[in-house]
Amino acid sequence: MSETNYLDGNAAAGSLSELFAVDLTSAIAQCNGCGRTSVFAEAHVFVDAPGMVARCPGCDSVLLRVVTRPNDTYLDLRGLTYLRVPNS
Amino acid sequence: MGIVSPGFTGRRRGGTELPPGQYLTRDFPVLSAGPTPHVLPEHWEFTVTSETGEVYRWDWAALMALPAEEITKDIHCVTRWSKLETTWKGVSLDTLLADVETGADYVMAHSYGGYTTNVPMDDLLDGQSWIAYEYDGEPLDPEHGGPARLLVPHLYFWKSAKWVRGLVLSDTEDLGFWETAGYHEYGDPWKEQRYAGD
Amino acid sequence: MWQVATVTGVRRETETARTIELEVPDWPGHVAGQHLDVRLTAPDGYRASRSYSIASAWTASHSSTIELTVEQVPRGEVSPYLVDVLNVGDPLEIRGPVGGWFVWKPEQDGPVQLIGGGSGVVPLRAMLRAHASAGSTTPFRLLYSVRRPESVIYVSDLKELASSDDVDVRLVYTRDAPAGEPRVGRIDADVISEHAFKPGDGATTYVCGPTPFVETVADLLVAAGHDPARVRTERFGPTGGP
Ligand SMILES: [Zn+2]
Repeated sequence: MSETNYLDGNAAAGSLSELFAVDLTSAIAQCNGCGRTSVFAEAHVFVDAPGMVARCPGCDSVLLRVVTRPNDTYLDLRGLTYLRVPNS
Repeated sequence: MGIVSPGFTGRRRGGTELPPGQYLTRDFPVLSAGPTPHVLPEHWEFTVTSETGEVYRWDWAALMALPAEEITKDIHCVTRWSKLETTWKGVSLDTLLADVETGADYVMAHSYGGYTTNVPMDDLLDGQSWIAYEYDGEPLDPEHGGPARLLVPHLYFWKSAKWVRGLVLSDTEDLGFWETAGYHEYGDPWKEQRYAGD
Repeated sequence: MWQVATVTGVRRETETARTIELEVPDWPGHVAGQHLDVRLTAPDGYRASRSYSIASAWTASHSSTIELTVEQVPRGEVSPYLVDVLNVGDPLEIRGPVGGWFVWKPEQDGPVQLIGGGSGVVPLRAMLRAHASAGSTTPFRLLYSVRRPESVIYVSDLKELASSDDVDVRLVYTRDAPAGEPRVGRIDADVISEHAFKPGDGATTYVCGPTPFVETVADLLVAAGHDPARVRTERFGPTGGP
């Protein structure tokens, strides 16, 4: 059964722009779960939740979590082996 | 910083019976941090693992054979919606844990799909929590956690783990999916314990 | 990073969609396909935010003007405000532009295939506008899936854009077609093979729409032999929860 309750990495761009000086949607991300590499824009992003959760499009493992609190933001990158960002 | 958006009220806020910072909704918003697992009742299993490693198992038929209760409770989501007098049917955790030998103070609920949330044992007993499998007189829809979800309505609703498949009992407190990302380890809506440190 | 824009114009596109023109004093410019976040605040401090594609191309002559086109989501919270309540002269808090993947730049190589479902046409329209304002001769094709003729947004704009020799616009009707258009149905393998660039054409394809639409179209493209690395997707809805 196909799941349609997610967006993609583009939907995370606004929140991530608060944390990173570079655009992460065009970064290459490697999943720590299955080793797949993909453009972060292709991650499956769940926004209808207490925080934002980006998952691997291959294995659904969590790649990244962002929880925006009133005075600070939690960023969990445990699910990523690496992010490869183009030099500007 | 910020401005007020002229004419914007957001969803209608409720009366005084709501916990602080909550607003009333008539819908039942679907929140999910991952794809919806589709677990057929015939493949469903629920386990309780005690602090000594002993595993207790129930399949769907065993769950159905247990005495069920009709539950009417208000629910409060940390994303600020509350829904009043929701009706459920399920099996009390008092019933499920009755024959489990344990002195554990802490429980981690695990779900199909990998979600976890931590709840103190004291908050699961004495008629405070259920494994719910019907909502509003109908089998619980997968998007709302079916075939069965944990229901702990006196805490923020992220504690009521959808697609629950087991409880792991422990002498020490570990943190679950949202609790490790800045949400409160307990989550009492009346004390507005949204975030760790609140 | 949030800043306050001012509404300088509104334009009804369909019964449920409206284009909002904003003046943003410190707008840094944007690339076609980028989006921004909008944040609304109630008098008691309650807040809600959503992400919207920018509908306009950035031009040096109107460097602080941008357009958003918003489709009202049934039982939504932010979109009904933007479509029905917000007035000319009102302030609107925004953050952006953001996103660097689902974008088209005039210096980019190869033809461009755009495939939009419903209001997924919004960032594609920005790309078409950028193509026109840059005077680009890159071949562009747009496949635009809509329910019925009344659901088409940018009707006159698309007509004007389609008058260029380099731009081909093809509408696909899923519920009711206008007189003279016999086909009613979703985009399928036949539509792709008949109207889209071929796998060997070296085109970059941009697909935007609701998640199920994007999944279906992306699968059709890959099944037809298109290189997945040249298919860029952007999904929207059901965004933002209650
Ligand atoms: Zn993976």
